[in-house]
Amino acid sequence: MTIFNLLAQQLVNGLVLGSFYALVALGYTMVFGVVKLLNFAHGDLYMVGAFVGFLALSGVSGMVGAGWAGVGLSILCAMVAVGVLGVAIERIAYQPMLKAPRLSILITALAVSLVLQNSLLTMTNGQIVAFSPKLGFAGINLDGVFINYKQIVLAGTAAVLMIALELFVRRTQYGRAMRAVSIDKDMCELMGIDVNRIIAVTFFVGSALAGAAGTMAGAYYGSIWYFMGFLIGLKAFTAAVIGGIGSIPGAMLGGLILGLLESFGTQIPGIGSEWKDVFSFSVLILVLVFKPTGLLGQSEQERM
Amino acid sequence: MPGPGPRPDELRSGEPRPDEPRPSVWGGLTRYLDTPAKRTTALAAILAFMVAAPFLFGPYATVILTNALLYTILALGLNVVVGYAGLLDLGYAAFFAVGAYTVGILTTDFHWNFWATIPVAILAAVVAGVIIGGPTLRLRSDYLAIVTLGFGEIVRISARNLEITGAASGISGIEQPWLFGWHIATQTDFYFVFLVLVVIAVVCSARLANSRLGRAWLYVRHDEDAAEAMGIDRVRVKLAAYVIGAIYGSIGGVFFAVNLTAISPQSFSFQQSTLFLMAVILGGMGKIPGVILGAFIVVLAPELLRDLGSFRLLIFAVGLLLIMLFRPSGIWPARRGGR
Repeated sequence: MTIFNLLAQQLVNGLVLGSFYALVALGYTMVFGVVKLLNFAHGDLYMVGAFVGFLALSGVSGMVGAGWAGVGLSILCAMVAVGVLGVAIERIAYQPMLKAPRLSILITALAVSLVLQNSLLTMTNGQIVAFSPKLGFAGINLDGVFINYKQIVLAGTAAVLMIALELFVRRTQYGRAMRAVSIDKDMCELMGIDVNRIIAVTFFVGSALAGAAGTMAGAYYGSIWYFMGFLIGLKAFTAAVIGGIGSIPGAMLGGLILGLLESFGTQIPGIGSEWKDVFSFSVLILVLVFKPTGLLGQSEQERM
Repeated sequence: MPGPGPRPDELRSGEPRPDEPRPSVWGGLTRYLDTPAKRTTALAAILAFMVAAPFLFGPYATVILTNALLYTILALGLNVVVGYAGLLDLGYAAFFAVGAYTVGILTTDFHWNFWATIPVAILAAVVAGVIIGGPTLRLRSDYLAIVTLGFGEIVRISARNLEITGAASGISGIEQPWLFGWHIATQTDFYFVFLVLVVIAVVCSARLANSRLGRAWLYVRHDEDAAEAMGIDRVRVKLAAYVIGAIYGSIGGVFFAVNLTAISPQSFSFQQSTLFLMAVILGGMGKIPGVILGAFIVVLAPELLRDLGSFRLLIFAVGLLLIMLFRPSGIWPARRGGR
């Protein structure tokens, strides 16, 4: 395998990984943009999405099989279920806390994350569950670079979801209201926008994307467990910070950059795959130190 | 012990916030223990009970109680960061690890005397605290939560992969220390060492809360901008809280390592950090008796709920959520309203 092939292969792997990061980072950044809350439970919504997708797949596989049609349906199920869960969490846990001190709401978010994790821990007994749709191992071989069809379809689905989100935010009434709320909530209320409804829509869309990412990642890696959301939550936050937190294109870009950084970074001699996570958290700390607004974020003149 | 002078909770700080009870080191305890004599009696009774405990309850309970005392030290340290300065630290186990590994490496690989490693462990914690806190404390306070989470993972993964930390199997055979000819070796010995450490930690915490720095924390926590306008350097006072918390964590780790004589990366996971945080929040942020109560609950509840298995973690998580929603100031009721 030539060095060129190796790099091209890592490019493909990095893009697939990056598109999962980007989908999760989008929810983080949207929620942050609208309610200025770091939703610690976001990674766990991804995990719940994987389990919903798993259940849905075993439900629909009798009718449409466990192939692409089945996976597509289970992604849809996961999106709806996790979206509703996201809205429920917002209503039950975050809504009463929005006016409370910042520390309280952060701890509440952490508590929600622990509740989700430990619920699944109790249900699955901490076991790793095999998620095995029949997607085959076929692929195309481009001059020594192997691209699995799975990778193409999943990265393509992620791209479609991101384009749909971009259209939703740019072209629809709700999208416009969302952007307005993220700029000035009080003013929106005066303009007759139902802010609570917009917050609910934001949570629904953000959580649905995490749910889709969870099912897709489950189908891609073939196994799911209750703790899978922790690491990706951290990574997605890193991606959102790289892109500039609060910026939707930033989250997409940040996700892809982080995915590529990780897959290329582990090829550097001396940085094996066991150092992958250290590598990305170091990137996070460096970005926060040197460019806290991220690549596409606007500098925020806070307070006063 | 707070003297008769003005206490920090009686100082007016910006506008009153009805949702947050005015903080006090001793919390609702002051309502019942309103004279120094009563307070001294109560403390003496508790201390006497704690001294007698290992002889009353037997060796198994001594192990559990030693663990509870360790958690008390760590919770008091995290309380400086979370309760006093209002910063969320989700990677506190990292400092615990720094202390434990400093002792482990220096005593086994370099054959240092145990007592000589303590200053090194403190120094290492201060350096780590400044490296992580220095840049991030300038930013929005929520960033610190995630960066500390990332830092906690960096430390754990490094410990698991580096050769000097013994990789996944950790370090074993850490020698138990001698103190003036007394070999601290049995569980009861360690129980008393930890008890002394807890007393020191409580005294330091109480003194800190009533100090100039403690008042600065209170001010920064309530209104950062007003505090800065009054000439308080908010980055510096936050960094001070973060570093002091790191020192507590490191010292806890030092004695944890010599108590168990073996350490491994699993002891320093994110779950561990959340347990420390739970101890602080359950009992009541910023109040010393509340934090001690929280630490004992976190250690003793799993023992009492042992039959429930993994279910108890869920109960803990739901409990934390309910406390935040319905009783954000913790189990121990704080004094509410005016004087």
